Amino acid sequence: MAEKTKSVEFIPRLLPPFELFAEGHRGCQGCGEALALRQILKVAGPNTIICSATGCMEIISSPYPETAWRVPWIHVAFENAAAVAAGVEAGIKILQKKNRYREGKVNVIAIAGDGGTADIGLQALSGALERRHDFLYVCTDNEAYMNTGIQRSSATPYGASTTTSPTGKESIGQQTPKKNMPKIVAAHDVPYLATACPSYPLDLMNKTRRALDTEGPTYMHVLSPCPTGWRHGIDMAVEMGRLAVETGVFPLYEIVDGRLSLNIKMDERKPVIEYLKPQGRFRHLKPEDVEIIQRQVNEYYEQLIYRAECDANK
Amino acid sequence: MGERTGLEVSLAISEAVKFARADAIAAYPITPQTHIVEELAQMVADGDLDAEFIMVESEHSAMSACCGTSAVGARTFTATASQGLALMHEMLFIASGLRLPIVMAIANRALSAPLSIWGDQSDVMAERDCGWIQVFAETGQDAFDLTVQMFKVAEDKRVLLPAIVNIDGFTLSHVIEPLFMESQDDIDAFLPPYEPQVILDPKEPVTIGPVGFPEIYTEIKMQQNEALLGSYDVVLEVWEEWEKKFGRAYHPVESYRADDAEILINLAGAISGTARVAIDQMREEGKSVGMVRTRLWRPYPFEDMRAAVKNAKAVAVVDRALSFGGPGGPIASELRGCLYPLAEKPVVACFIAGLGGRDVTIEDFYTIVEETEKILESGYSGEYKMIGVRE
Repeated sequence: MAEKTKSVEFIPRLLPPFELFAEGHRGCQGCGEALALRQILKVAGPNTIICSATGCMEIISSPYPETAWRVPWIHVAFENAAAVAAGVEAGIKILQKKNRYREGKVNVIAIAGDGGTADIGLQALSGALERRHDFLYVCTDNEAYMNTGIQRSSATPYGASTTTSPTGKESIGQQTPKKNMPKIVAAHDVPYLATACPSYPLDLMNKTRRALDTEGPTYMHVLSPCPTGWRHGIDMAVEMGRLAVETGVFPLYEIVDGRLSLNIKMDERKPVIEYLKPQGRFRHLKPEDVEIIQRQVNEYYEQLIYRAECDANK
Repeated sequence: MGERTGLEVSLAISEAVKFARADAIAAYPITPQTHIVEELAQMVADGDLDAEFIMVESEHSAMSACCGTSAVGARTFTATASQGLALMHEMLFIASGLRLPIVMAIANRALSAPLSIWGDQSDVMAERDCGWIQVFAETGQDAFDLTVQMFKVAEDKRVLLPAIVNIDGFTLSHVIEPLFMESQDDIDAFLPPYEPQVILDPKEPVTIGPVGFPEIYTEIKMQQNEALLGSYDVVLEVWEEWEKKFGRAYHPVESYRADDAEILINLAGAISGTARVAIDQMREEGKSVGMVRTRLWRPYPFEDMRAAVKNAKAVAVVDRALSFGGPGGPIASELRGCLYPLAEKPVVACFIAGLGGRDVTIEDFYTIVEETEKILESGYSGEYKMIGVRE
């Protein structure tokens, strides 16, 4: 979808120039996560309420008395963005019914990082999905607890060195493969689910539109390159996202009503070493480690292709 | 007109929530709170209560969802107990910090381990400092009245703080009591719809729950504390209005045969019923005994308490919670702190009783008073004594 969509020149004309996630926030230079939020907000528009988990995006955007949010925004705690969003959605529903809240659709979006989603917030997310609240949950995944200083999460990929899964004589770094969060969400039979990356802005924004237009719980898993935690150049977040997709490390796909389709299907993928090499967190890996990762990526990508083909022929 | 009826106290709370026209309820089942939320779920299912009922997957999410519903302007209720309240712990401080006027009933129950589903006040005492308004009910009537009243107090724009209504697990929550249920019209006249001051509204965007740096955190916490201290006046206002309207009086500290009593018993909750019987018996036997019952627990009614006990020789506090390794029970600790600045004050004796569903009997009150007499003779109270421990 994305690579077929028109050239970059079209974007300024097609998108509202006004920033609802305002400039001047305190994000690190070259932050991929902030870029994703900016893109999401451009599509969501002003009729949106953001329910934020504790994390990078929360602390950089709301140092009282400043705020980067031009839409209503609430942060309650770390592990409960989905539960708060559930309350916001249910509250608006009943108050609109009683004519005590302004009319019209309000987009309720919960945003949490990979720790707030795959680790500590998993239960609240599962509950909110199961109860079928009408909201979009966005996991901005930078693959570790970056806010607290790059500690591993269950979404940290195999072989990555973090401050709590450090590489050493006895350790390769993170010793287990990344938790497949979209797969867990898919098991809740949500009507719409997508993976996305701010390096593919039109793809990400189209998916946001589609998610918000879908009734019921929807989910977007957004890979968000993090120069600070991944230890790559501050001008490389977009490129790292592209490489993640082009190597097959982070495939872009959608699951709509149970049918999976790959958005960018590559016949030839770049070798994973091209994605791993610019990142300090993988610098210690030996060729045989890279081979293991390549094998994991290949296997998963093949699974996805097979699933997409099966679903297409359903 | 209202009606006199007999009702399980849990259901009286559900009725109060219905009469208060709550918009949203988010709750998770836990004994002995379940009857409250079951009844509310039934009311919503039957169309008798027009509300969103969010049956969440944990108490943590219950309070989180309550923050969400309250932040968009919905009148919000929840109920819990014991482990559920403990799981909410983190969220309780946030709900008060965000100034969200949620009302919560707690069917007070012991904390694990060992697991105990039975009553004491360990659960709420562990949440003493969470910034909520906290009141204790003695009877089913109290439970009904306080639940309605607390919506009015919490939502008052001078307050905007959440409120807890404590009822003793089982000994109050599960008993059927005669009570007077006011009519919907009268409750409507007493409690108008919630008019929130600040809500999440796309037309007027606000940021709720920001980061507070050291330059501002202290000031925000002071504001919050001032709001809680200031809620005292609003509580009194609301109780006066209630008394005028419905004829039932409520006070921060409620006295029973206390005026001339040498020994006063201070406690909170439904064991005061037993205390009354014990006091009546002891009075007949010539003992000078009375009771001061803690109704308003937060904000702590310092002046009311000082005035209520100033003529007594001793106050015997019955605490249904234990501060392990500390000075005893929380009610006694607060009372000692309250009286400390006074030059002349009664001796405060602390008795821990009624843990994990152990009955506090009339005989126990005799023991407590006898022990207090001994303390008066010796002049030394010590920290505390545990009552009714099997040897």
